[in-house]
Amino acid sequence: MSVEIKQGHAMGVSMKRKEDPRLIQGKGRFLDDIVLPRMLWQAIVHSPYAHARIKSIDTSAALAVPGVKAVITAKDLQGLNLHYIPTFHGFDKQMVLAIDKVVYQYQEVAAVVAETRQIAADAAELVEVEYEPLDAVVSPFEAAKDQVIVREDRDQKTNHIYHWEVGARADTDTALAGSAKHIKQRMWFQRCHPAPLEPCGILADFNAATGRLTLYLTSQAPHAHRTVVSLVTGIPEDKIHIISPDLGGGFGNKVPVYPGYVCAAVASIVTGVPVKWIETRTENLTTTGFARDYHMDVEIGATEDGQLTALKVTTLADHGAVDAAADPTKYPAGMFGIVTGSYNFPTAFTELDAYFTNKAPGGVAYRCSFRVTEASFAIERGMDILADELGMDPVALRQKNFVRKEQFPYSSPLGFIYDSGDYHATLQKALEGIGYQDLLAEQAEKRARGDLMGIGISTFTEAVGAGPSKHFDIMGLKMFDSAEIRIHPTGAGIVRTGAKSQGQGHETTWAQIVAEELGLDPQNLMVEEGDTDTAPYGLGTYASRSTPVAGAALSMAARRIREKARKIAAHVLEVGEGDVEWADYKFQVKGVPSKSITMKEVAFAAYTNPPTITTRRT
Amino acid sequence: MKQRVSIEVNGQKVEAEVEPRLLLAYFLREVAGLTGTHVGCDSSSCGCCVVVMDGSIPVKSCTMFAVMADGHAIKTVEGLAVGGVLHPLQQAFWDQHGLQCGFCTPGMMLSAYAMLQHQPNPTDAEIRRFLSGNLCRCTGYQNIVKAVRQAAEQLATPAGVGG
Repeated sequence: MSVEIKQGHAMGVSMKRKEDPRLIQGKGRFLDDIVLPRMLWQAIVHSPYAHARIKSIDTSAALAVPGVKAVITAKDLQGLNLHYIPTFHGFDKQMVLAIDKVVYQYQEVAAVVAETRQIAADAAELVEVEYEPLDAVVSPFEAAKDQVIVREDRDQKTNHIYHWEVGARADTDTALAGSAKHIKQRMWFQRCHPAPLEPCGILADFNAATGRLTLYLTSQAPHAHRTVVSLVTGIPEDKIHIISPDLGGGFGNKVPVYPGYVCAAVASIVTGVPVKWIETRTENLTTTGFARDYHMDVEIGATEDGQLTALKVTTLADHGAVDAAADPTKYPAGMFGIVTGSYNFPTAFTELDAYFTNKAPGGVAYRCSFRVTEASFAIERGMDILADELGMDPVALRQKNFVRKEQFPYSSPLGFIYDSGDYHATLQKALEGIGYQDLLAEQAEKRARGDLMGIGISTFTEAVGAGPSKHFDIMGLKMFDSAEIRIHPTGAGIVRTGAKSQGQGHETTWAQIVAEELGLDPQNLMVEEGDTDTAPYGLGTYASRSTPVAGAALSMAARRIREKARKIAAHVLEVGEGDVEWADYKFQVKGVPSKSITMKEVAFAAYTNPPTITTRRT
Repeated sequence: MKQRVSIEVNGQKVEAEVEPRLLLAYFLREVAGLTGTHVGCDSSSCGCCVVVMDGSIPVKSCTMFAVMADGHAIKTVEGLAVGGVLHPLQQAFWDQHGLQCGFCTPGMMLSAYAMLQHQPNPTDAEIRRFLSGNLCRCTGYQNIVKAVRQAAEQLATPAGVGG
């Protein structure tokens, strides 16, 4: 199935995806497709209450069901010191199974392991849990009053998790107070769920003979998960093998570590056979990582003619019952400081208070890195409200206040450096593309006869590509990424990174990047990700980081290959290294382009060590 | 309390003793061993499990018991290609970048397959309405519609591969 490539051009060329043939034939390998001999099934028992004390758990009826192998509760996990797992935010911990009380509706209370999916489900219904319901707090404003304490397991008996702020409070307050126009709006970016079409799951397989724990896992970050599993369980990291297969979407939902994963791993260790757990859609929507849930008070100041003077955003963050937001340690509110957006604010200030509530743990990145969606919504909505207040065209207001081309690199008042941009030209191109003037005319005409028509404009500055190690980490693991490229004698190869596609098309794009750098056929560059035994260490795929970080690593690795190849090319062409140049996707002797050798030929020469050009194979 | 069923899957009879409550989706995946049919929800909402019964009836296999399919013929995604040659729907999804993660794709193609039996020349609006029981979280649907349109055109031409 080889495709003629035009002179080695792979980037900038439209290619059909290499991962598609198996997916369109139903031959993808998703987690639930994987079966192992003697595999058992796990089902989870959930709490119907959002907040309740657990008086008792009676597993006897469940255990009596033929085919049930084990019923796990927190007590059993406590014996293994696995009753808590750390959160990706690093500073909190999450109960694997409920201890003493439940803190969100549908929280995991017990795990049943049985011979079939159906028996496990039947037995789960027979686990008897006696609850004493407590008042539930489901609003961060109520939670702030500390009348109902969600987390009694923490040292500080308060629902307040942390306070974060950045910017110049006094200057901003002064500027707002002195502004001719000052808009203020409460905005709630409501809780939403990433809801990948494939739910989360695990197939845990502990091999007592080798001491290795293999986890087939719906994981967007297999290496990070491997390290976390090692730290939490005490199993040495070389004895843990995580394989993230084809994933049916992720969107951030497959970044956290879930109680079901821990229970299945424990169950496999205890029973000595593989244990599979695939969550139901209900479980996915009720217990796995939510996103957003920011209540933001947005204040923007401006002069009479629409020159921005100040921005202030005050936020109450609803984190649910566990501080499980996947954010770098330095940035508990993620990249929310990008809230000045595309605009040149002379001064700005933002502060945030995070609270526990009786809801499932929240705050994962969803289709956007680290709170940027909340920030972008806040500023763009705020600018529209200001435009309305000023009686100004929202486009004109934006054009008046964009960071100007000559201001780059631009330091925002909230601490971000924007390296480059031409916002005016970009917006202009978009306006022309959509025919903005025509739309305005249409709108005026419709309004004149009483019809409503809106035109939505949003300019979007996203901080992506987490990221440089000096700023970005997940649980202390710096957010670099890695690439490994092996070229075979015949010019084909294997390309591996620490990223993990959930549909983004890495098998095609990584092949294109490497093929472009090396003048090879992208159809013969096999891309592999997700197996921690073979892939180089990386922090996975989310927050739009893969191409800027793993992709860059690929380019750099490919260029190193090219430099090594240059030496071999020079040898074969019988010239000095300095006389060989890479041009037109091959090595050419400077000034004598007809004297050339392709990368494919160099690859063969590398393994066969031919003495000179006269003996090289063509 | 098991019951014997015989279901023709992609032209081959699959016979087994199953519990009455076994969903057709799990029969196909775990008894017939064809994992191309996916399960994405608990409520018949997502369409990942769509297969085609008796030639032209799209069914959500998560909302049908295996015992209900006894004596019937089921086509799954694995039955689309013939002799290694991709069905025009498969080719079109590939050509038009109609998939990203691929989880919804089998169900999408089979819904479209059924539609094209009833309406070989659909408008975009008809395509969208017929596929409204199939969710996709990745693509935004535009390329899925393009793919179905390409397949419809391909199948309508005399040289097109018959469904």
